[in-house]
Amino acid sequence: MTERDRRARRAWFEGRLTPLLDRLYGTALRLTRHPDDAEDIVAEAVARAWRNLDELRDPERFEAWLFHILTNVFISEWRRRRSHPQHATEAETPAPDELDGADFTLFQQLHQPFLLWWGSLEEQFFNSLLEQDLQRALDDLPEPFRVVMVLVELRGHRYAEVARLLDIPLGTVRSRLNRARGLLQKALWEQARDAGILSPGPAAEASGTKGESP
Amino acid sequence: MNPRELSCEEVIARLFDYLDRELDDRQAAEIEHHLSRCRDCFSRSEFEKRLRARLADSAGQPAPPRLQRRIRRLLDGFDEA
Repeated sequence: MTERDRRARRAWFEGRLTPLLDRLYGTALRLTRHPDDAEDIVAEAVARAWRNLDELRDPERFEAWLFHILTNVFISEWRRRRSHPQHATEAETPAPDELDGADFTLFQQLHQPFLLWWGSLEEQFFNSLLEQDLQRALDDLPEPFRVVMVLVELRGHRYAEVARLLDIPLGTVRSRLNRARGLLQKALWEQARDAGILSPGPAAEASGTKGESP
Repeated sequence: MNPRELSCEEVIARLFDYLDRELDDRQAAEIEHHLSRCRDCFSRSEFEKRLRARLADSAGQPAPPRLQRRIRRLLDGFDEA
């Protein structure tokens, strides 16, 4: 490769990479929860992407390809830590008390079948929901649930792909995802309630016993 | 062939499979058929879509200057390789 080709290749790579950096870092941070680990993972993914750039068949798929590398870097690091329990920070299986609320649905708490004079609880909830509320709720999920949630909801991976990446059965992906969603929604509800954001009217007080189809 | 009529319970049980694009075309059409006719399930579906969109939007986080410098050094290293 000539010097000129190399410079063009680097400029192309950098031009594609730069706009993705915040999302790469954000995704890595949601996966690891630790800024230092997230930076390591992003840097390793970028280095690996550069080394393997020839494997990228369709340049238009650069973003998906790079995020896929990021996920793989995270997963190999995750596996390595799990195989060295002294470095593991969290257990593979969440304690039962961590699962309290796994069947929770925010919708049941917020939904009102008709609009009330004080406005809609759903709107109140969404209007005051901050990025940091979502990030905190996600970060607080037990690790096995958080990882599946990030891969499916943030990265749009299919269940079969997640099962393959994490080397777990498809049914486990589903059950972790269901529980993760319940726990996340419960955490968001509690955050909103504690912050006094929701000023429930009579409908919300009655909603604790409301079924799926009132 | 008309889509099969699903109950609300069936739709809610498979709602996330539908939103996650895990259903085949026929199954997805059954869910959509129900959603177009049932206000409660439609509202639930819209709520979950809205929440997941907000969650996806929250994924970006400004890369710290330290990481930006590290990436810059990496890129400079590529030039020398």
